[in-house]
Amino acid sequence: MSRLNEENLRIARQIISAYPKKKSALIPLLHLAQEQNGLVTNEAMTHIAELVDVTPAEVLGTCSFYEMFKRHPVGEYQINICHGISCHLLGAEDVLEHAESSLGVKEGEITQDGKFSFEGVECIAACTEAPCLQVNYRYINKVNADEFDQLIDDLRNETKTEIPKHGTLANTRQKIPANKAAGPAQVEESSRPIWLKRNKEE
Amino acid sequence: MSNPSEEIDEVSVIIDGQEVHVKAGEILIDACESAGVDIPRFCYHKRMSQVGMCRMCIVEVDTGRGSSLQPSCMMNVSEGMVVDTQSELTKKVQDGVLEFLLLNHPLDCPVCDKGGECPLQDQTMAYGPGETRFVEEKRHFEKPIPINENVFLDRERCILCDRCTRFADEVVGDPLIQFIDRGNSTQVNTFPEDPFASYFSGNIVQICPVGALTAKSYRFKARPWDLEEIESTYPNPLGDRIVVQSSRDQVLRLQGLDSEAVNWGWLSDKDRFSFEAFQSEYRLDSPLVRGGGLNKAEKGGAGLVASSWAGALSIVTDSLKDVNPDRVAFLGGARLTNESQYAWTKLAKGVLGTDHVSADLGDELPAHVLLGLPRATISELCQPNNTIVLLTSDLKEEYGTLFIRLRHAAKAQGVNIVELSPTRTGLSNVAAVSLHPLPGEIGNVAEALVTGDIPREVGGITGEEIANAHEYLQNSNVFVVVNRSSIGQSTTPIIDAITSFQKLDNCRFLPLVRRGNTMGALDMGMSPGLLPGRNTLSSGSAVFSDIWPNLPAKEGADTKQILQNAADGKIDTLFLIGADPISDFPDRSLAKSAIQNAGTVVSVDLFVTPSVYESDVVLPAASFLEVNGSHTNVEGRITPIRQKVTAPGTSRPDWMIASEIAYLLGHNLNIDTPEDVWNEMTSRSAVHGNLGYPHFDNDQNGHLITATGRIPFLPSQERLESRPVDSYAMRLIIGKRMFDHGTITQMSASLRSLAEASQLRINQYDFERLGIDEGTKVQVTSGDRDISVTVKIDDRVPRSCALIYANLDGADPRELLNEGSHSIDIRIDPTVRA
Amino acid sequence: MTIPLITTSRWGIEDGHTLEGYLRTGGYQGLHRALEMSPEEVHEEVKQASLLGRGGAGFPAGIKWGFLPPDVWPRYLVVNGDESEPGTYKDRLLIERDPHQLIEGCVITCYALGLSQCFLYVRGEMAHGQERVAQALNEAYIKGYVGKNILGTEFSVDVILHWGAGAYIVGEETALIESLEGNRGMPRLKPPYFPASIGLYGKPTIVNNVETLSNIPWIVEHGGEAFAKIGAEQSTGTRIFAVSGHVKTPGVFEVEFGTTTFRDLIMGEQYAGGIRDGNSLKAFIPGGASAPWFYEEHLDIPLEKSVVDNAGSMLGSGAIVVMDDTTDIVKACHNVVRFFSRESCGKCTPCREGTNWLEKILDRILNGYGRLEDIDLLLDVCDNISPGISWPPKQTTICPLGPSAVSPIASALERYRSEFEAYISLSVDATPVVLTGGAHE
Ligand SMILES: Cc1cc2nc3c(=O)[nH]c(=O)nc-3n(C[C@H](O)[C@H](O)[C@H](O)COP(=O)(O)O)c2cc1C
Ligand code: SF4
Ligand code: FES
Repeated sequence: MSRLNEENLRIARQIISAYPKKKSALIPLLHLAQEQNGLVTNEAMTHIAELVDVTPAEVLGTCSFYEMFKRHPVGEYQINICHGISCHLLGAEDVLEHAESSLGVKEGEITQDGKFSFEGVECIAACTEAPCLQVNYRYINKVNADEFDQLIDDLRNETKTEIPKHGTLANTRQKIPANKAAGPAQVEESSRPIWLKRNKEE
Repeated sequence: MSNPSEEIDEVSVIIDGQEVHVKAGEILIDACESAGVDIPRFCYHKRMSQVGMCRMCIVEVDTGRGSSLQPSCMMNVSEGMVVDTQSELTKKVQDGVLEFLLLNHPLDCPVCDKGGECPLQDQTMAYGPGETRFVEEKRHFEKPIPINENVFLDRERCILCDRCTRFADEVVGDPLIQFIDRGNSTQVNTFPEDPFASYFSGNIVQICPVGALTAKSYRFKARPWDLEEIESTYPNPLGDRIVVQSSRDQVLRLQGLDSEAVNWGWLSDKDRFSFEAFQSEYRLDSPLVRGGGLNKAEKGGAGLVASSWAGALSIVTDSLKDVNPDRVAFLGGARLTNESQYAWTKLAKGVLGTDHVSADLGDELPAHVLLGLPRATISELCQPNNTIVLLTSDLKEEYGTLFIRLRHAAKAQGVNIVELSPTRTGLSNVAAVSLHPLPGEIGNVAEALVTGDIPREVGGITGEEIANAHEYLQNSNVFVVVNRSSIGQSTTPIIDAITSFQKLDNCRFLPLVRRGNTMGALDMGMSPGLLPGRNTLSSGSAVFSDIWPNLPAKEGADTKQILQNAADGKIDTLFLIGADPISDFPDRSLAKSAIQNAGTVVSVDLFVTPSVYESDVVLPAASFLEVNGSHTNVEGRITPIRQKVTAPGTSRPDWMIASEIAYLLGHNLNIDTPEDVWNEMTSRSAVHGNLGYPHFDNDQNGHLITATGRIPFLPSQERLESRPVDSYAMRLIIGKRMFDHGTITQMSASLRSLAEASQLRINQYDFERLGIDEGTKVQVTSGDRDISVTVKIDDRVPRSCALIYANLDGADPRELLNEGSHSIDIRIDPTVRA
Repeated sequence: MTIPLITTSRWGIEDGHTLEGYLRTGGYQGLHRALEMSPEEVHEEVKQASLLGRGGAGFPAGIKWGFLPPDVWPRYLVVNGDESEPGTYKDRLLIERDPHQLIEGCVITCYALGLSQCFLYVRGEMAHGQERVAQALNEAYIKGYVGKNILGTEFSVDVILHWGAGAYIVGEETALIESLEGNRGMPRLKPPYFPASIGLYGKPTIVNNVETLSNIPWIVEHGGEAFAKIGAEQSTGTRIFAVSGHVKTPGVFEVEFGTTTFRDLIMGEQYAGGIRDGNSLKAFIPGGASAPWFYEEHLDIPLEKSVVDNAGSMLGSGAIVVMDDTTDIVKACHNVVRFFSRESCGKCTPCREGTNWLEKILDRILNGYGRLEDIDLLLDVCDNISPGISWPPKQTTICPLGPSAVSPIASALERYRSEFEAYISLSVDATPVVLTGGAHE
């Protein structure tokens, strides 16, 4: 089942309806597909293509541009170790080396139990907390070797429950109540907004 | 700006120290080119939007605020601009870009198909640094991968200029190849298992500036320096301009020629790869006769066997000796050059004295429609803010380059398209309005559109939709493109529709034809009642009587009547001039019986088609790659056809065959060269004026025959009543695909497999209503006729309609046609599974 | 110093991110005020404030807003929350800790300019930020601060939270728009130089940074004039700086423009607290990875746009990265170059190929395969990406990303060339040459 399931299809339609043009929903929908399957499959891309009226090739073109979309399996916990300049200055390479030896896999590989994979990533905007990393896009600041191992243990024993499985982007979604929505500003709709008319701008 | 009302359309700029005057707003790289200064480029292509990404065309430009580096493909010229394409900085930057491009480019020029005609190679030779400073590992990809049946992609050679991807998306609307991944890993590719299924894929090979894209038909066949080339015309209805390239008397490649008026350099795959057919092993290379064999020709034997020209022609002339002109008929001629058409008409009407001559095979619009309407050119159609009404089938299937021009017009030139086609088409998504009247109802829909007397519903179109489309017709520039959109619909409703559109002021038309040179055939008199140069038999006889001794006394029969006469045993000699009525005429059994019951059937052709197979004498003709002459496109544009290779065996130009038959009958046509024809024809033509033979030779846009009105359009007197489709029935649409069982497609190795099997296409709604499974066979009936065919869901087809493409493997929709109906209703029986 | 905290005032407040906490601390007062004024009066206040864009280029927001062509509708607002420039860390905190302030800024901006839909593009990797904004938007919608008939007026606008998916280049405003349209995030050609004329869906579009817009509620509430009094004459207000790297107490600080100096920020006790472990300063990056490096002698330069520009670098995105004397300059340089190489969108040849080549050469030098000629080669490749290797860079590319890779090399080689030479002199093999290419068929 790697096309969007019924519940996600409903969400997908809602997301699409917020934009003046369907294709704008492409990235959010790819996130949705990745949330459902842990990665973006060809079937999901084909499904999304149907939903936003483009070719699967166009979906792939967009999907493959962005680093977060994984088209090959990653661990249940994908660990992104920052090696941007600030983290580099404070030992990011050591963290990477430690991860390799501690997890027993190389960058980009998945541990045998399918739980972990890791890679070095560019700056994740936590520079004052260097060296830092993200597990499934949740921050862990100022890590050292011991803390790293502790983190792995906690994840393995499922005691660190605040980190969801790979693909889950945000636990809270934007919900616009139907009666409160202003509605998308359609591109063809070329009239001057009403509040300007009343207030006579210009 | 002393006089603001005076339009400034020229500016003066200084290019490399020379002051030149160029069109205001022109793109700098083009302006330089017209001033004779060539700026290197890779991504820029003047027929596509600018992306400015290769950065090769950067030059130093000063617009008054100091000099800066600017990509010349992105700049528009402005008054006083100073451009230095040779400065040290310009050179340094261009060398730098070139070096960057070569970093990851394999050095396999010696084995690359592009070697010798590669801008990257040329640039490197001309400007590049002598040796590589790049000692690192190059980017690696799997070597050439097929992206469809005909095109291979070598991603290592790709320089990411975005030309192919832009073409796919922007020019033809098939965005099936894309940039994938990012930065230094970017590659062009398709979606997995989803090939670049485009009718226009060969164009990306032509515009790829390096050897990354190659065509199967050309790979490893030749080196550019072995090629000789000549500019010519592809004899399709649009007269696409081409360059024919050959080596050692073999055509190896057709390339599109950029003519401003017609095809802008583009070609459909059907035309581009069709050259293979003309040199296939199936080409006829000697005359064939039924029976006795070489030099012992006799009629009545079993199969067709090779003969000599003398033997074959003696049978032909024997059959013509003392024959009653009323018992001789000619069908076809629309694939010939204008000159050959003239020669055959002269033989038929001037020597044999018969007017039973028709180039139409029952699927064209009537001659008065094709010749009688005020005509517009493609470029006139595409002017900003025009409204174009499409009373046509899917142009993407049948008129590839016109599709491209109109798509561009709608997307980039502000033209509004009002589509009134039987199904959704390749242009629907760029059309301002896309409506699909029921077959047979187009006349009533057009009337409502034009008059604005809006009914609640007509022909399956709601009043609201009509009212919306009506708005677009309030434009002072309305153009109507029209063709025989489906042979399931008679021409009556189309003529009704044209009659309605004629009520609009200034409305002009572009009527389309099915066969390549039907326009030429009409202008050369290959139609009952016509003589060359739009003279009619009645008024034109005086013009020709001194050189055409035996002009017919009365107007001849049309195609259907000719076939009927033949079937009734009233024709002694039937000529098929490149015509295959058995495959093409709507009533296949009539065509068959005509050929079987005619006295002597003489086919002049390139291949053994189903009709040729039934003929008594077969005379092998030369193809358009093997003759000189000219072609007339749907606009009335005359362009040259030029010989590039020799015809196989003893096959010869059509005009020569006609001339020889006349000679054997004791008449001299006075035609020894195509030019002879031209001189004679123009001296008598009412519309070709004093257009000299070489006149149009060097102009890529050819010469336009503009005069209309000599053959008047006959408006309909009475309008066809509306005939709604009942709820158990569906209205039949017979469409045409780019790739079908047409001879040329089938004879081209690259194209043969692209023709699909026959299917009945209906939309999801009707499909569910019928409760059948996709892919199952159903029984389709119309009156007492029926076929069985598999069903496919196709949401381009409107509700209550069913589409079948003609001339595919399997069920033949012509079986469902009913003589005399203006439209055909069918029933689908899901329970009877044949 | 008694300047008020303008954008970070709620960072220390536990529930500052909730609607309740926001309202309790004076939130949405700016919006109320704005709705009492005419749209153009609001625009006028922002012009008066001389608020400089905080995304990197430092273009005055009020002036940019004025570039909207009259009478072309609809117009859109796109919020640039793609923060990814190495060393930059402020927009995420503004998003996580004070999402309502940002939303209020967006809504006021839409009101002022007649923008009829707002897209809040938040960097994909900031999952927590997304949650906070989603939560805040959901509350704000219910209470009528966003959406239809805002606060009972005729003014209606949706703010749509949009997720990025990991691509630094998408921070460039035209790439951001492409991305928002569902495309590959590749910058558009200039001109037009501002999306204000042709932007999202080809319509007029204002793109502003998160921090820029977070200043709006304060400006409207307190007046542009009050804002302009803070900071320097041409760099008004406050600015958030992240100081990271080899300092004792790295952190994110809101300081007054102009009066504060780099020395204050890096060495000051209340800020980064000086170089760690008693080491000395080797170099610092004053404004994100694209900025040329500064040294000891630049410490007393005030944090003011024009002064820093004149000194040959930029304040950019407010990212100060400090390197002490233990820093391996070649490695640091390689690190920054690798960033640009990995993040090139691939559109322009010099950027796609050139940054990658630079990275490979540096890689080779670090791995012990350097050649003496590599230093000149590095400089010449830089020269081909950005002719003259000057500041601000000349471009052979569409956007400044490619040329940005030139800054670290030019900086590092200018002062620490000997460190490169040292690596090269230790090279194990002068010719590691992997000459590939040729046919593989
Ligand atoms: C390569 C590149 C990356 C950029 N990244 C960001 C970014 O992450 N966040 C941001 O706000 N602006 C970024 N910018 C600047 C934006 O293009 C744009 O100037 C800014 O969003 C405008 O907002 P402002 O006027 O409020 O500063 C980047 C520019 C470039 C050239
Ligand atoms: S300079 Fe680099 S990142 Fe910027 S548009 Fe060009 S290729 Fe893309
Ligand atoms: S031709 Fe101008 S940038 Fe490519």
